[in-house]
Amino acid sequence: MSPDSGAISRDEVAHLARLARLAVTDAELDVFAGQLDVILGAVARVGEVAADDIPPTSHAVPLQNVFRPDVRRPGLSQEQALAGAPAAEEGRFRVPRILGEEQ
Amino acid sequence: MTTTAPALVDYDDVVARYEPTLGLEVHVELSTSTKMFCGCPTDFGAEPNTQVCPTCLGLPGSLPVVNQAAVEAAIRIGLALNCSIAPWGRFARKNYFYPDMPKNFQTSQYDEPIAVDGWMDVTLEDGEVVRVGIERAHMEEDTGKSLHVGGAAGRIHGAEYSLLDYNRAGVPLIEIVTKMIPGTGERAPEVARAYVTQLRDLIKSLGVSDVRMDQGSMRCDVNLSLSPTGSGVLGTRTETKNVNSLRSVERAVRHEMQRQAGVLDGGGAIVQETRHFEEQSGTTRPGRRKETSEDYRYFPEPDLVPIAPSAEWVEELRGTLPELPWEHRKRIQEAWGLSDEELRDLVNAGALELIEATVAAGAPAGEARSWWVAYLAQQANTRGVELAELPITPAQVARVIALVGAGDLNNKLARQVVDGVLAGEGEPDEVVESRGLKVVSDDGALIAAVDEALAAQPDVVEKIKGGKVQAAGAIVGAVMKATKGQADAKRVRELIIERCS
Repeated sequence: MSPDSGAISRDEVAHLARLARLAVTDAELDVFAGQLDVILGAVARVGEVAADDIPPTSHAVPLQNVFRPDVRRPGLSQEQALAGAPAAEEGRFRVPRILGEEQ
Repeated sequence: MTTTAPALVDYDDVVARYEPTLGLEVHVELSTSTKMFCGCPTDFGAEPNTQVCPTCLGLPGSLPVVNQAAVEAAIRIGLALNCSIAPWGRFARKNYFYPDMPKNFQTSQYDEPIAVDGWMDVTLEDGEVVRVGIERAHMEEDTGKSLHVGGAAGRIHGAEYSLLDYNRAGVPLIEIVTKMIPGTGERAPEVARAYVTQLRDLIKSLGVSDVRMDQGSMRCDVNLSLSPTGSGVLGTRTETKNVNSLRSVERAVRHEMQRQAGVLDGGGAIVQETRHFEEQSGTTRPGRRKETSEDYRYFPEPDLVPIAPSAEWVEELRGTLPELPWEHRKRIQEAWGLSDEELRDLVNAGALELIEATVAAGAPAGEARSWWVAYLAQQANTRGVELAELPITPAQVARVIALVGAGDLNNKLARQVVDGVLAGEGEPDEVVESRGLKVVSDDGALIAAVDEALAAQPDVVEKIKGGKVQAAGAIVGAVMKATKGQADAKRVRELIIERCS
């Protein structure tokens, strides 16, 4: 999936869709492949400006070592924690059957 | 079970023809008071979803902040494993869809781990030393706990739905990964176990985790591959998870060697996969296939700034490292004059630290040892608990020993005092007081008891007067009986001889 290679394939879009748990139709695969290509092309232009002496930036603000002391702070009650859950049971979040294996 | 699994190959046959290569990944849950990125408590066994907040639940708008104590613990673990500490590094997002992390990613470290390139010398039972290389130790967060409902025995297969408790989500974890460990041959299972055992002892000595494999605060994954002896070609590896005891580490390595040899002998190929260890049968079963599930799309965590430990901070933390547990044991062994076997028994019984603490509280080593390995070990056994779980402290044992040393208690009374402490009757001195257990060495009271016993057995008196001093034993026994064991036996004997001469 190198941005330099130009075209992004349908297979790559299908793979990304699966990782993102998105149901994408065959027709959409073609549309998205074209659109993603344009986006990647635009991003690749940044690479033309950034020379080897410019390290990739992950953080906009030059801060480091921001820590907090190991001190407890009040959190949520069980009721509050589950308040936004579509389903709950026995004080736990209830989720649909998990496909695949245990992590 | 797989329907067409080839038979296991006899272990001796495996090691005669194949060379195993080991790799071990150990996760250690830190015993910090709060989570890695938020101020939620980390207590084990709390009611579900009562130790959570917007940050560890991944609610919109929440932001993580790194727990300094967790970073210090990670650096100390790295230093204890002879690693270099990275002068600069970032956290990364490991993206995956699985409900054990409500954020849909786990905050971890990827290509910039905090500690790299170390080693630990692992000593086997016969004294052979194997140097295990440490690839890295990195910081991450634990996941929530899933309960699968509807399937057999909480397992995922056949489950109708799952229930999630996020109390554990966000608890600081350190993952320690070894380099490949080649050349261990038939001793591979033993090396794996010894490594995990030593790592557990080391981390315990640092005081950064309780490293309880039974409670999941220490977990081990075993990587193993086989290559035909002398071929020099590395085989395909499997990763066995769910290995939750020291014994299981050894069994999992051994089983995987025998299983893989069976597949290879039959002309098959090892599939690179995650396998699960079955505690009951000691076998492994296949889990996820690696190639489809490892697309985690790591990228630097934008919500956390880099960690850049200064050289001064690292050196300050190095200064807090305790004596290595195995060096400490060696010193104790020499000081107490123990054989290798005696030392091993003490360590296995969990008695070493208790005895040391008892000695530190002022007791002579020999007596401290004797109390813990004999009477107290018996009591622990009867109650079905670990020695350390007995409701008596080393300081209390030391006090009992001191009372015996001062002649205030004899051994029989001392055991009753210990019984009292174990029964929750208070400090040793309080038990002595409330049960009236002091040795009677006051001559007035003893002379009366001796005279009474002598009067009751005139024939014995004659024998003693005739020179048969050993006959005094009968009188000593009678006096002890009359004083309910509280008489000072030595003084009683002296008084009998005196009264009969």
